[in-house]
Amino acid sequence: MLLDFEKPIAELEEKLATMKEYALQHNSNGNIEQAIRELESSILQLKRSTYQQLTRWQKVQLSRHSERPYTLDYIQAICEDFIELHGDRNVADDKAMVGGFGKVAGQTIMFVGQQKGRNTKQRQLRNFGMANPEGYRKALRLMKLAEKFNKPIVTLIDTPGAFPGILAEERGQAEAIARNIQQMFMLRVPVICIIIGEGASGGALGIAIGDRVLMLENTWYSVISPESCSSILWRSWEYKEQAAEALRLTSQDMLHHHLIDGVITEPLGGAHTDPGLVFQTVKDTLLNHLEDLLALSPEARISQRIDKFCRMGVYKETSLV
Amino acid sequence: MAWFNRKEKGIVTPTENKKETPDGLWYKCPECKNVMPSREHRQNAYTCSSCDHHERIGSREYFEILFDQNQFTELDPHLEADDPLQFVDSAAYTQRIRASQKKTGLTDAVRSAYGTMNELPITIACMDFGFIGGSMGSVVGEKIARAIAHALHQRSPFLMISRSGGARMQEAGFSLMQMAKTSAKLALLAEARLPYISLLTDPTTGGVSASYAMLGDVNVAEPKALIGFAGPRVIRETIGKDLPRGFQTAEYLLEHGFLDFIVHRKEMKEKFSRLLKMWLD
Repeated sequence: MLLDFEKPIAELEEKLATMKEYALQHNSNGNIEQAIRELESSILQLKRSTYQQLTRWQKVQLSRHSERPYTLDYIQAICEDFIELHGDRNVADDKAMVGGFGKVAGQTIMFVGQQKGRNTKQRQLRNFGMANPEGYRKALRLMKLAEKFNKPIVTLIDTPGAFPGILAEERGQAEAIARNIQQMFMLRVPVICIIIGEGASGGALGIAIGDRVLMLENTWYSVISPESCSSILWRSWEYKEQAAEALRLTSQDMLHHHLIDGVITEPLGGAHTDPGLVFQTVKDTLLNHLEDLLALSPEARISQRIDKFCRMGVYKETSLV
Repeated sequence: MAWFNRKEKGIVTPTENKKETPDGLWYKCPECKNVMPSREHRQNAYTCSSCDHHERIGSREYFEILFDQNQFTELDPHLEADDPLQFVDSAAYTQRIRASQKKTGLTDAVRSAYGTMNELPITIACMDFGFIGGSMGSVVGEKIARAIAHALHQRSPFLMISRSGGARMQEAGFSLMQMAKTSAKLALLAEARLPYISLLTDPTTGGVSASYAMLGDVNVAEPKALIGFAGPRVIRETIGKDLPRGFQTAEYLLEHGFLDFIVHRKEMKEKFSRLLKMWLD
């Protein structure tokens, strides 16, 4: 599936491929070589101009791209070894929330994250990356397990929201998320959170309290999705583009407002155009941050973590007149 | 033939000079339509004497009900919302704030204060639903965080009274992080072994229920309060089915294990004091 703004690029790339094939079949001559080089450079130019000018809504579309790498893709690519663990020990194993211990550059790390599916069957199995309370409780169980064995935690966030359903309410969706947020502040091990796709509201925040909170370049993170915001504030689903602009939900916006700690650059065209490169960047980034965090005491990490979130917010303090 | 004859012609009393029954003498219950004197309604802690309907009251009334002789010191009354994102939907956020301030006479959707409750020192923060649906933005988060810090400093118990539709969209990422900020402070309060009672009133949903409202040492609700993560409309649209009777009421949450008890507003001061005294003696 191509997004609207990807189509002109894809057309040129197709043309390039045809030309290259032609050049291969017929003894390539200077003219063709020249034409190929010219086309390549105009593709690059088109890409640059397209991706520099993306609107916030287009970035939201990129964050949801059907070919974008998902949590388990990252884990499998980054880890030399990975053992997945299941279940919240109360109700069920939530397939929308995955986790387990992995080895990265010789270090054991607990990975936790929401998982989306790639085809209809998988999407249903993964509930579109919308976790139920048991998912958040599973995440907390795994994070406490990591703390017990003094292993750092990496969470990968990619969710359109916590699931709004009858059973989810019955089993305490609000309580599960609240508990996670509170408990994550007190974890004695380093916690790094990376938004790899969608970061929707409490469903994202429920696994996103960390010493470092990072966003991949073409992701979004906010209190509500642009669609829902449009339906509530504009009373229509038609204003999602305006809502996306108003919410200032991109990685650059969030960094600008000091609500996250850093942005991880994606290849031109988005993570799905060169997953290998993204996996390597994410791996290098988290290992760097981990090194810094491991140099601190658990107490220092916890108090810095708390202070960081307590500084967030903008208000006016008028004095008594 | 008419019963009365008009003696003077052309009586044109302007509307504002017309005599009416003074406002607020009577209270009519929106649930059972029972009419009672406002004074009696107030003495009844703003609940209906006939059907126990709990009126949606605000911080002024809760402080009056809970603090001894309505005596308290308000904390951080001068925090006001800013507009970091210059948010504009059908109206500008700054206009919404000003309109709400004018309408309610409040600065934002929460007030916090310190005083005694049955002689026990206590810090209370209470949300005002009348102010943009009790939505939680930076001011609400910061005032609650500071109220908890005050409780920590005074080593007093903390009571949070929630009544909110959730996070304030006009502050987007900033309001989301207030969930984190308030929960962080509550973690410190818990670590200091200070009591935290969370009272959930009608309604408590969204980011408020998914943070401080659900983190009490005890979670308590008023009868029939709507409490949930997602609002009923969103759930109905997602699952495409009608919701069960009594879904997301306080009674439903008690049944499913997320509340410690439901308390009638008339009895809450006494019951909270009794509980706190059990913990602190």
